[in-house]
Amino acid sequence: MEKKVLMKGNEAIAEAAIRAGCRHYFGYPITPQTEIAAYMAKRMPKIGGTFLQAESEIAAINMVYGVASAGLRVMTSSSSPGVSLKGEGLSYLAGADLPALVVNVQRGGPGLGGIQPSQSDYFQATRGAGHGDFHMIVLAPASVQEMAELTVKAFDLADKYRMTSMLLADGTMGQMMEPVALDDLQINPMPEKPWATTGTKMERKRNIINSLSLVPEELEQFNFARYEKYAKIEREESRAEEYRMEDAEICVAAFGIASRVSRNAVDAAREMGIKVGLIRPITLWPFPVDPFKRSLSTVKKYVSVELNMGQMIEDVRLATECRRPVTLCNRAGGMIPTPEQVLEAIKAAANGGENQ
Amino acid sequence: MIVFKKPHALSDVPLHYCPGCTHGIVHRLVAEVIDELGIEGKTIGIAPVGCSVMAYNYFECDMIEAAHGRAPAVATGVKRANPDNIVFTYQGDGDLASIGTAETVHSAARNENITVIFINNAIYGMTGGQMAPTSLPGQVTQTSPYGRDVNLCGYPVKICEMLAQLDGPEYLERVTVNNVKQIKNAKRAIKKAFQNQIDGKGFSLIEVISSCPTNWGMTPQAALKWIDEKMIPYYPLGVYKDRSAEKKEAEQ
Repeated sequence: MEKKVLMKGNEAIAEAAIRAGCRHYFGYPITPQTEIAAYMAKRMPKIGGTFLQAESEIAAINMVYGVASAGLRVMTSSSSPGVSLKGEGLSYLAGADLPALVVNVQRGGPGLGGIQPSQSDYFQATRGAGHGDFHMIVLAPASVQEMAELTVKAFDLADKYRMTSMLLADGTMGQMMEPVALDDLQINPMPEKPWATTGTKMERKRNIINSLSLVPEELEQFNFARYEKYAKIEREESRAEEYRMEDAEICVAAFGIASRVSRNAVDAAREMGIKVGLIRPITLWPFPVDPFKRSLSTVKKYVSVELNMGQMIEDVRLATECRRPVTLCNRAGGMIPTPEQVLEAIKAAANGGENQ
Repeated sequence: MIVFKKPHALSDVPLHYCPGCTHGIVHRLVAEVIDELGIEGKTIGIAPVGCSVMAYNYFECDMIEAAHGRAPAVATGVKRANPDNIVFTYQGDGDLASIGTAETVHSAARNENITVIFINNAIYGMTGGQMAPTSLPGQVTQTSPYGRDVNLCGYPVKICEMLAQLDGPEYLERVTVNNVKQIKNAKRAIKKAFQNQIDGKGFSLIEVISSCPTNWGMTPQAALKWIDEKMIPYYPLGVYKDRSAEKKEAEQ
C-alpha cells in the first residue's frame, strides 16, 4: 500500500511543487497561506533551491518573471489582497508567454477583508487578473490530495502552453489536514525551453523576453495567436468531476470546499428521493462546458453553491446557455454554507419554489 | 587599420534616441565593457520602461523587458536561477527612483549580485517631459509648469546618497558623460560595476547624470552645459560606497 502522510493543504502544495522540480519560490507573508512560504524556507536551502522573501508581492511576481525567463520552474503564493498586487506581473507573464505557478489561497474581501476562507476571487482568476486580453489556467483543488496533484499538473500545463497556471484554493483547503499520498504523484520531465534567456554562449542569436509591441497590426496577431492557444486549451484541458449525475434533475455546481459541503447535501437529498447530482469543475478556466451541456438532457434546475456573492453562477448560465433556471446558494465574507443550507436550496429547486 | 568600430555587444540597428541624448553613449560604454570582459555569451540585460524601453533591441546578449520599475526584481530572479549569468539592469530615473524605489532599495539591501546602470536625466523623457523624482527644485517640466515647488512636490531623490546608508550594496558611484574625460571616467566605473559582479562582490549601481535636450528644451550643447551648471552641484559626482575598498582600508 502506498504511504500516506498527514499534511496541511498549504504544505502539500509546497512539497508537491518541490517534487515537480520547482527550485525557486518567492513570496510575501499573508494569511492564510504563509505555511507555503514557511515550508519553502525550510526545504529550499537543503536542496539547493531558492527561497526568497520578497519586499512586496509585486517584487515577488517579478522575481518569478525572472526565473521563468531563465526557463526554470518557479512559483509564488499569496492570498487575495496579495494576488491583486500581483496583477501587474500576471499580465506581463501572459504578454511574454512565460510559464509559472501562482497559488491563491483565498480569503474574504474586498479590500483587506478578513482571513477566513472565500471563493470571491473567481472573477479575478478566470476573467480579470490584470490588464489586457489574457487567461490563466485555473485549477481548483477540493482535497489536500488534490492540492498536491493539481500543483504538479499546474506546472505541466504551464510549461506545455507557456502560460501562467493558478491554483485557486481557499483558506479552508490551505489550513485543513488530510492524509496525502505523495509518492505516486505523476512527475513528467520539463519540456525543452529554447526560448529561455540563459545566455547566448555566442552560439545562437539572442533570445528576447518581451511584451512590448508598438505596431498594432503585430500586437493584434500576437493576441490572435494567444487566443488560438486558449481555444485549444478549452478543447483539450477542461476537467470536472461528475457525481450522481446519471439521472439528475437538479444539478448542484460547486468547486473547492463548496463542492465538499455540496456532496453531503446531494447524498442527503438522494436519500429523500430527490434526483440530484453534482458537477465539480476542477478547471475553472477553461470552464468545463461539456458536462453542463450534457446535463441539459435530464436537468431541470441548477444550483450554484459558492463562497461569494455569485460569481461562478455566470459560467453555469453561459455553459447551459441560460436554458434552465440557476439559483445561488451562497455565503460570503469568510462564511461557509452548511450542508443543511445546500439541502434546503436543493429542496427548493426540486419543489419549484425558487425560479431564479 | 581599424581605429574605431561598433562593439560586438551593441546591435547593428538604428537607435531611436533623440539627437543629443546621452543614452547612446551609455549604451556604447556598456557594450564596450561587455566586449572587453568577454561576457556577452553569458550576459542577460534587463530593459526598463521609459526612454530606454527598447534597449532589448540594442544589445546582442539575451535580453528581457521588465515592467516599470521592476527590473531589479526580474534581475534577482534571473541571477538566482543561473548565478553564472552576468545580469545587468538599465533603468531611468522614473523607473528606478520613483515607481521602482522599493525594488531598488531592497535589491541593494540584499546585495544582490547584479549590475545596475541608472540614467538620471531629471525628467520623464518617453512620455514627453514630466517631472521626475530627480527633477531639480524649480525645474520647469510639463507637470511642474511653474517650476518644481518643493512645498508641493517635495525634494529630489538622491539615490546614491540614499543607498549608501545601507550596509548591503557593494559599490555606488555617480558619473556623467558630458565630455570626453567624463565619458572615460564613466566607462571605468561601469567596468568596475561589471567586474564586481564577476568577482561575486554583489550589488553595484552606477548613476549616470545624463542629458535630455528635447524635454529640457535646449540644444544638445546647452544641455551638456546644464549638467555642469545645475545637475552636478545638486548631484555631486563620485564614489558613494565601495565596500571592498573600505574593507581593505580597515585591514591596513
